[in-house]
Formats: sequence, structure tokens, C-alpha cells
Amino acid sequence: MLSLTIILIPIFLFISGASSHQIRINNAERRIDLSTHIVKVFLTLKVENTGKTSASEILLAFPPTQVDHLAFLEALAATGKKKKKTYVSLAVKPTQLPDAPNETNYYTIVLANPLNTGETATLEILYILTHSLEPFPVEISQSESQLVYYRDSALILSPYHIKQQTTFIKIPSNKVESFTRVEPTDRAGNELKYGPYEDRPPYSYSPLLVHFENNNPFSVVEELVREVEISHWGNLQITEQYKLAHAGARHKGIFSRVDYQSKPAFSGVSSFKHLLARLPPRVHSVYYRDEIGNISTSHLRADSWKISELEIEPRYPLFGGWRATFVIGYGLPLEDFLFESSDGRRYLNFTFGCPLVETVVDKLTIKVVLPEGAKGPSAVVPFPVEQRLETKYSYLDVVGRTVVVLEKKNVVPVHNIPFQLYYTFKPIFMLAEPLMLASAFFLFFTACVAYLHVDLSIRK
Amino acid sequence: MAAAAKAGEATLRHAFGNVLSFFILLLIGVLAFSIRLFSVIKYESVIHEFDPYFNYRVTQFLTKNGIYDFWNWFDDRTWYPLGRVIGGTVYPGLTLTAGTIWWLLNSLNIPLSVETVCVFTAPIFSAFASWATYLLTKEVKGAGAGLTAAALLAMVPSYISRSVAGSYDNEAVAIFALIITFYLYIKTLNTGSLFYATLNAIAYFYMVCSWGGYTFIINLIPMHVLLCIVTGRYSSRLYIAYAPLVVLGTLLAALVPVVGFNAVMTSEHFASFLVFIILHVVALVYYIKGILSPKMFKVAVTLVVSVGLVVCCAVIAILVALVASSPTKGWSGRSLSLLDPTYASKYIPIIASVSEHQPPTWPSYFMDINVLAFLVPAGIIACFLPLSDASSFVVLYIVTSVYFSGVMVRLMLVFAPAACIMSGIALSQAFDVFTRSIKFQLLRILGFSEADAGDGSSANVVPENDAVKVDKSEETIKERPSRKNKKKEKEQMEKAQAEKTSAKSKTEKRLLVLPMELSVIGLLLLVFMGAFYVVHCVWAAAEAYSAPSIVLTSYTHEGLHVFDDFREAYAWLRHNTEVDDKVASWWDYGYQTTAMANRTVIVDNNTWNNTHIATVGTAMSSPEKAAWEIFNSLDVKYVLVVFGGLVGYPSDDINKFLWMVRIGGGVFPHIKEPDYLRDGQYRIDSQATPTMLNCLMYKLSYYRFVETDGKGFDRVRRTEIGKKYFKLTHFEEVFTTHHWMVRIYKLKPSKNRIRGKMKKSKSRTSTPSSKRSGSRKKNPWQ
Repeated sequence: MLSLTIILIPIFLFISGASSHQIRINNAERRIDLSTHIVKVFLTLKVENTGKTSASEILLAFPPTQVDHLAFLEALAATGKKKKKTYVSLAVKPTQLPDAPNETNYYTIVLANPLNTGETATLEILYILTHSLEPFPVEISQSESQLVYYRDSALILSPYHIKQQTTFIKIPSNKVESFTRVEPTDRAGNELKYGPYEDRPPYSYSPLLVHFENNNPFSVVEELVREVEISHWGNLQITEQYKLAHAGARHKGIFSRVDYQSKPAFSGVSSFKHLLARLPPRVHSVYYRDEIGNISTSHLRADSWKISELEIEPRYPLFGGWRATFVIGYGLPLEDFLFESSDGRRYLNFTFGCPLVETVVDKLTIKVVLPEGAKGPSAVVPFPVEQRLETKYSYLDVVGRTVVVLEKKNVVPVHNIPFQLYYTFKPIFMLAEPLMLASAFFLFFTACVAYLHVDLSIRK
Repeated sequence: MAAAAKAGEATLRHAFGNVLSFFILLLIGVLAFSIRLFSVIKYESVIHEFDPYFNYRVTQFLTKNGIYDFWNWFDDRTWYPLGRVIGGTVYPGLTLTAGTIWWLLNSLNIPLSVETVCVFTAPIFSAFASWATYLLTKEVKGAGAGLTAAALLAMVPSYISRSVAGSYDNEAVAIFALIITFYLYIKTLNTGSLFYATLNAIAYFYMVCSWGGYTFIINLIPMHVLLCIVTGRYSSRLYIAYAPLVVLGTLLAALVPVVGFNAVMTSEHFASFLVFIILHVVALVYYIKGILSPKMFKVAVTLVVSVGLVVCCAVIAILVALVASSPTKGWSGRSLSLLDPTYASKYIPIIASVSEHQPPTWPSYFMDINVLAFLVPAGIIACFLPLSDASSFVVLYIVTSVYFSGVMVRLMLVFAPAACIMSGIALSQAFDVFTRSIKFQLLRILGFSEADAGDGSSANVVPENDAVKVDKSEETIKERPSRKNKKKEKEQMEKAQAEKTSAKSKTEKRLLVLPMELSVIGLLLLVFMGAFYVVHCVWAAAEAYSAPSIVLTSYTHEGLHVFDDFREAYAWLRHNTEVDDKVASWWDYGYQTTAMANRTVIVDNNTWNNTHIATVGTAMSSPEKAAWEIFNSLDVKYVLVVFGGLVGYPSDDINKFLWMVRIGGGVFPHIKEPDYLRDGQYRIDSQATPTMLNCLMYKLSYYRFVETDGKGFDRVRRTEIGKKYFKLTHFEEVFTTHHWMVRIYKLKPSKNRIRGKMKKSKSRTSTPSSKRSGSRKKNPWQ
């Protein structure tokens, strides 16, 4: 039955193309971390060029089911000996191959130095998968704990010949319902070991299914809109609108508050009621509310030099399938985030991603509202995002403020790295609104004086 | 030269007084606004209580969809399956006001949310109301009394209770509309200006838009007109003040959809038409009296009276017959309960079940108007010295509003402005008397010592000080021709006022010179009383009236504890149930459920359909199976009950339960109140009746309650519950909030039945359920 649901990719023995012939993977070690709902895979590849010409690119293959959930992919090249290892980040780009078997997707790693014949290189690859743990049973009651499936291949999917490979799977607890055995397979505590497997041809595939307990919060933000408003009067105002959901096994039947309160160890173990948000230092005027008012259950541990932690509780504990929406807003001192570049432009240096810890964001929209009169915005983001411009009218605006909208799907905590937004701004525009207000009042008073001194009556 | 200098000095003083008044008024406005912000500071910027949530939701609709959609809005999220035509059944004044403010701010690119605008509408209009009070009292007794009355109104607890920030209810703008209408009426009466008469009709229109209490205006003003005619104070000004108001006002009132033809069809408005006729008759009589000789006039009177009596009798007979033919005698239930305080509790339990429709207790008078209660009689006396058209109106206003406030707590709100005006007059007059006495005494002392030093100047000073007001207004009139004059009528009015005040001050000069010590003590006592009033008002605003009632707080030794269960439940409903699910609860929570949870409700706080409410009441008082059938026939998916037994929240559904039984029993006679009472006592402990212990409300409230402490001790009723262990067969608990204050149950789907059994049950329940299922099929909202 299980094999029906797994996409089997047959082993292709005859693959054309020069690259796959000349590269061989001598040793591959894969560590899959399943302890949270964000699946982290660390892959260490020792590649060797066995061909005639030098190779500058290495291909990574992913089955189509995984590539949809692939949130992050990073490749590092390790150089030097054990103690003096240094890592160089390598460029990774998605690639289409014309003869990809069964819709296999590829990513190309561009090596810093082309690999000459006979040379070897060590690549450290990290990729992160979201929504890859499938709850089974799909619905659980309050007293049950949450069991999930993880599907993968026991053999690493690769267009290259792999001489030796091992896969380790880390599981949050000792409770494993079942797991596929592909000998040699070994289980020690909360770790499963598949392999070592020797001399597997390209595109080897062997379905792997692990059914285990995972009661970690499956907190997924379905949509997050972060609005960053720059005021050159010294404040950076951030408003974040969350649509939070529990993406684990759906809650079924009754919710009993008695059980939930009196037996926390047995009741609603997969539910969560706290969330932790890491906010930048020197954060001020934090609020936490939803469409019907303030939510009183939050704590802020603010610090002036290190990360502030905001602990929030949604209005109710979130069981599987339950949703909640809320808004977090805060202000930050502008001088920590806005700088002037050497060419006279200003740039905002702000963190991309979601401040909530261990949370997947399905769709993240960052809107940077530039002050009125700012021109020529250009965003520098270390990974591909969709960009567009909008106009927003805020307090007493006449021409409107330029809004740079950055959109990205499938965001995980590793995306919390700074991005830069460059723009030009003349400080004189800061005075536009005060002057406008002042002149409006001046006109009003003038009108009053004029009214009192002008006699408009017809009769005297 | 000397006269010119004096005139200049007086102008300066006049201007200075105006500027001072302006700033005092500005400060009063700030005070009125800021004293109502305690709720925002202590709690949060949120809409309060029940009705404001409905108004907020209507405002949201208005701002989103525009005015035309608003008039045609048929709301299918309430009164399921009947729905409600919102556009034709609400007083739109408040909504339109807040919507306009929001639209104005947004067109200036000030991005305030609709909620923020709604929260702060009431405080803003309180400031307007206190300015309107100033204008009204100024028309009656001068600027001093006006300022005092405005200051008193800015912080009168009765008004604060209805207009704190977040209390977004009709009354918030209606009190302002009420006072401004009265002011414009008085202003027209004093000036005889058609301009003000038109403004008056527009103000009346705004009042009709805002609140059902407009009937108070349309009865009070005719009463005053009648009083004026009876006491022989008829004048053309009275005619101008009244006739346009009735004609224009009625026409405008009929434009408001919720009033419509009621403006000419119901008994509440008949008094105004009757007085309108009488006024015309009197006007005619005065006119004829003017053109005929006294002898001819007597003949004409006898002729007209004899013919007129016959006609009048005929008309009255027709009217009586018309009125008597309607079942409620042409009076709506709420109005009838005003005239006969026992009416509601006898016939309409749904009106009587609302706490704000109960008669107030004596402490609530002290709580709501505090020291004003003692100042009012003094103010009434001051109004009789001398009695003018304006002051007689104010006296009439206070007398009628005292009566109405005695009938219904809610109408204390109408009484409060009257009490403020009266107290303002009383305080102002008392201060006047005391300070004048002190000044007089001081001058006498000083005058003796300085008699040689400057006789001319001191002789000049004494009369000036004796009648400052007279002096002022006379000066202004004197130098008026030199200045441009814009409003002729204003001058006339001021002249009339000046005459009045001069007459008054003459009598005062004679009467009111109190001994120095007495005056000083009296002043001190008045200041002390004022201070006490301020302290009380601030306390009331901060402690008693600022709680939003959807968030509760309590102080324990650990600090502040917040009970946010209502919003927890509503948020849960909003996010975790289907959009079209129907939620049944007692009608108190209807508005909140539609506004905060965005789910369809069966009944809500607009209690327009008694039968529907009685159906829900019956379901709550029935045993589980019968209740399930009723709810299922109404397509209900969730049942929401409010339960305070765990934390001691007294206004929960168990305490309201007897009303459900009464209202349910009023329509469905198989629900009998005595079945729920043991020896006439309402109890839920082991002595309770089996009917009580088996009804749905009991079961939903106390389901698994015993497991919290092992005994099932109810902290509100202070007793152990009667039936502790029981199971629910037709309902299942789907959500209970953190402090158990809101419990939500889901109707279990009906079980698959065995064929033989189904036939039997079908034949048994065919009559009631088939009818219902038939109506459900016809239901257009499914």
C-alpha cells in the first residue's frame, strides 16, 4: 500500500551528457534532521573528476515531490585540512535538463575553482524542506499524540555514480511506529542509520518511509505581511500581520478544558500555546493584538544591546487545523538600521524573514514604505524574491509614499538574514508636512481675522 | 472724551471676557474629552459592551460599501432564518456621523481605522454637548451660568456612563443633538428668527436620526408651547419657534427610514399636532382681537367657541376611535412602559428583562448626578426669578425628565443635562450673590476709608460693580451704531436681555446683601461642594464606568488578572468554524457574536421578534433531546453559553435563566416557570427541581464542572451544584475558554437509525418537526 503512494523513480543506467560521466561521488553522507517540522538535510559530498576535461559544475537532483517543498539550498566548498578548514559559499541555481528522468529537478552548484581531472573536492550542502512531514492519522483527538510520515529515498538521488553513501535520520523521540528497512539498516535510540551502500549507479532510488511521533509545534504562518515604515524623524515602525495555523494532524471531536488544564502531559501534547518572537534590540512600543482588540497574554524581555524576546500566546491554544490571526507592531530607532552609502544614497539594512522562532512562512510579503519624496529604490536581497512598487498614502501625504514590495514563498528561519534597500532622499522633504500644517493654520487664522474685519452686510 | 475712554475700556473688558469664555469653553471641551479616556488608558481602545458592537459593525459596512448599500442592507447573519433589514430599522445618525468623520479623515490621508473613529466618537460628542449646554444655559441665564453648566455637564457621571471612549452608542451623539435642539428652540423663542427656526428643525432631524428618544423633544416642546399659551405668554416669537419645527421637523423625520410614517401615525407625535392646531387657533384669536373692536370680539368669541367646541369634539372622537382601534392604542411598548411603569413587567418580559429598563434606586441618583441632586431645587427657584419663556422651558424640562428618569434607569441620561443646567444656574446665581455681597461689604469698608481720597472714582465704581452685566451690555449697545452690525435680531435680543438683567439686578440690589462672614463661608462651602463633585466624577469615570465589559480584570495579591474569555471564544469561533455556521446563544451575545466572531446568530440584542427569542428560550429550558430538535430545526451548529460559576462572574446565563423560562413560556405554554422553582425559590443545588436539573442550560453550564474541584462548587450561587455527574447525548463540548466563562457546544449529527425505529419516531414527531423541516427547505439563505 505504501509503495503506491511513493513515486518510484526507476534506475536509469544510460544517461547521456558529459558531466554525469566524468564526475563520481566517492563518499556521500546525509543527515536528515526530523526533530521539528522543518526538515533539515545536511549532505556532504566528496566528488572526484574522473573525466578528461575539467568540470566547473556539479548537479544536485531532487525528486519533484521534494522540490516543491524545498525552501532553502546552500552549498559550501570545504578547503584545507581538518583543523584549518575554511568554507566558501558557492552559487546555486536551478537548472533544467532536457532528458531528466521522471521530472527530476536539478540545481547546479558552480564551483569556485574548476575541478581538474583526478582532483577531488568536498561539498557541504544544506537544504531545508517544509511541509514534508505528513500526519498520519490525519485526525487525532485531544488525548492522542501526533504521528507523522516522512518519505524519502534511502539512496541519494543523484545523476552521478556514488561509491559509498550513508544516511542518518534523527527523530525527536524514541517512539517510532515503523520504518522501512533497506539493509543494512540500524536503529540506535532516536537515530536511524541507512547504509553504508556501496557503488550505486546514477538515479538509484529506494523508497523510505518513517512513521514516528513528533509533538513539536507545527506552527505555520500561512501569510505574513511585514510593513516597515521609515520615518526620517528617527523611527522605524514595523507592523506584522500574521495568519497562523497549526499544520499538524487535525483536531477531531471534543476539546475539553478540564483535561487540557488538569492533565497537560496527556492532553493536547501536539498543541501549542506559546510562540517566541525574536525582535531586534532597542525595540519599543510593542503591541500585540488582533481584529477584535488587544491580546493580553504576552511578555517582552527587552534589552538594549541584545535581541529582545517577545513571548506571545494566541487567544486560545492551537490544536491541529486551528487558525489564529494577529498583528504585532513595534518601533525601532532608525539609526540602527538606516545608513548612508559611499555614493550618497541611503540604505536600509533590515532582516528578511519572520521573527517567530521555528516557524515556516508560506507566503511572506515585506513592504518597505519609504518616506515621501524618496526616489530610485533598489533592493539587494541575497536570494531570489519577487519585487514590485506600490504607492501608499499616509498622514497628510500629497504625492504618496513609494512602497517596495518584496514577496517570497516558503520562508524558513535561515532566511532571517539582512537585505539592503537603497534609495535617495532629500532631507528638505521632511519639512513638507509641518510646513503644510503651519500654512493651513495660518490661512485659517487669516480667514478668521478677515472675517471679523470685513463687513459684508448690505444694510448699514 | 471721558465717555469714549470708558467705552473703550468696556470694549476691552468685553473682549477680554469673550476671550476668557472662549478659553474656558475650550478647556471644558478638553476636560469632557479627556475624562472619558480612562477606559482607553486603563484597558484599551476597544468597543464596549453589546449595542456598540452592532453600531460598529454597521459603521464598518457603511465605510466599506457606501451609503446606498447601507440603506438597502439586508443582514442575513442575524435572526436566522428571518434576517433583518438593517437600513430600515436602525437610527442611522451615529453611524453616519462616525462614517463621515472616517471618510473626512481618510480623504485627508489620515489613516485611522474605523474602530478608532468609533471609539472616540462619544468623547468628541461629549465635548460638543458641553458646548451646546453652554449655549442653552447662556440663553436662559447668561454666560456665567452657561459656563458653570457646561463644566458640570462635561463630567456628570450619568453621561460619562454612556459616553466613555469605546461606548459607541446612539446616546453618545443623541444627547448633543437633544441639547442643541433645545438651544435652538430657546434661541428662536428669544429672537423670533426664522433662521434659527430652520436650524432648529435640522437639529431635530439629526436627533431623530440618532435616537428613539426624539419623542421626548416632540412632546416636551409642545408642552412648553401649551404652557406659554395657557399662562398668556403667546407671542409671534413663540409661533415662529414652534410652527416651522412641527412642519419641517415632521417632514424631515419622515425621511428617516426607521421612523417613516410613524412620524404622523403614532400617538407619540399626536401631542405636537394638537398643539400646532391650538397655536394656530390662538394666533387667529390674537389676530382677530387686533382688528375687531372689543365688543365685536366678545360676540365673535362666543360664536367661535360654540362652533369650535362641536368641531373639536368631533375631531377628538375620530382620533380616539382611530387610536383605540389599534391594539397597543397607538403607543409602542417602550413608550407605554414610560407612562405606566408597571406596564412592562406585567406584559412584556423582554423589555423588563433588560436591567437598564428597570426603575432606578435612590443610590443610583446620587451615583449618577451626585451633588447636582441638591442644587437642582435651588436652580428651579432661580429660574423663577424672574420667569421668562426660556427659564420656564428649562423648568418644564427638568420636571418631565425627573419623572422619566424615575421610570427607567436609562433615561437618567436625559435628566442629567437638565440637572446640569439647573445646577449651573443655581451655582452661578449663588456665586453672583455671594461675590456681590462680599464686594459690596468690602467697598463699604474701603469706601469709608477712601472717601476723602477719591470721591469721584469710588462713586463711579460702586454702581458699576453693582451691575457689571448691565453695564457691559449697555455699553455694547451704546457703541453698537459705531461698529458694523451684522445681526439685527441679535441686538434686539441683547437689548431685551439687558432689560431683563437690569430689572433683575435692581431687585437683587435690594434683596441680596448678605453679611460678609456668611458670604465667605457660603463661597467656601460651594467650592468644597464643587470639589467633591469633581472628585466623585473622576472616580466614577475611572472606576465605575470605564470597564469595557468584554474584558474583565481583578486585582489579586499577584497583581492584575485579566479575564479575556469572551474574545477568546469569539476569536475561536471566527477562525475555527465554517463561515456559514449558525451559533445559538441567549440574545445578549448576539451583537457581539456577529461583530466579533462573524457568525450567523439566531437572535440578537435587537429584540424585534419575541417568538424567535422565545424559541431559543424554550430550547434552553427544555431537556436535551427536545432542545436538540429545536436547534436542529433552526439549522444551529453551535450553542454558546456564558458560565461564571468557576470565577464568580455574576451576569452569566444561569442567572439570566429565569428570563429565558419566562419569555419562552410566554409563547410556548408547556414551559412553566413554577417547574423551575422550588417553593418559589430559584436554586441549582440538590434541592432544585428535576426540570431545572435536566434542562439544557443547566447541563451545558455545568458539564464536567465537578471535575475542576471535585465538589462542583458554584462561586456565583455560592452552593454546590445539584447534579454533578451526567453525560451529554446530543451535544459535544468543542471549546471552553480559559476561565470557563464561555462554553461552546456542537450539536451532534443525528444518528443513523434502524428502519423499524425510524418509522415509529417519524409518526411520533411528525407534527412539529415536519412543519419545521418544511420551513427550512423554503429557507432562502441556505
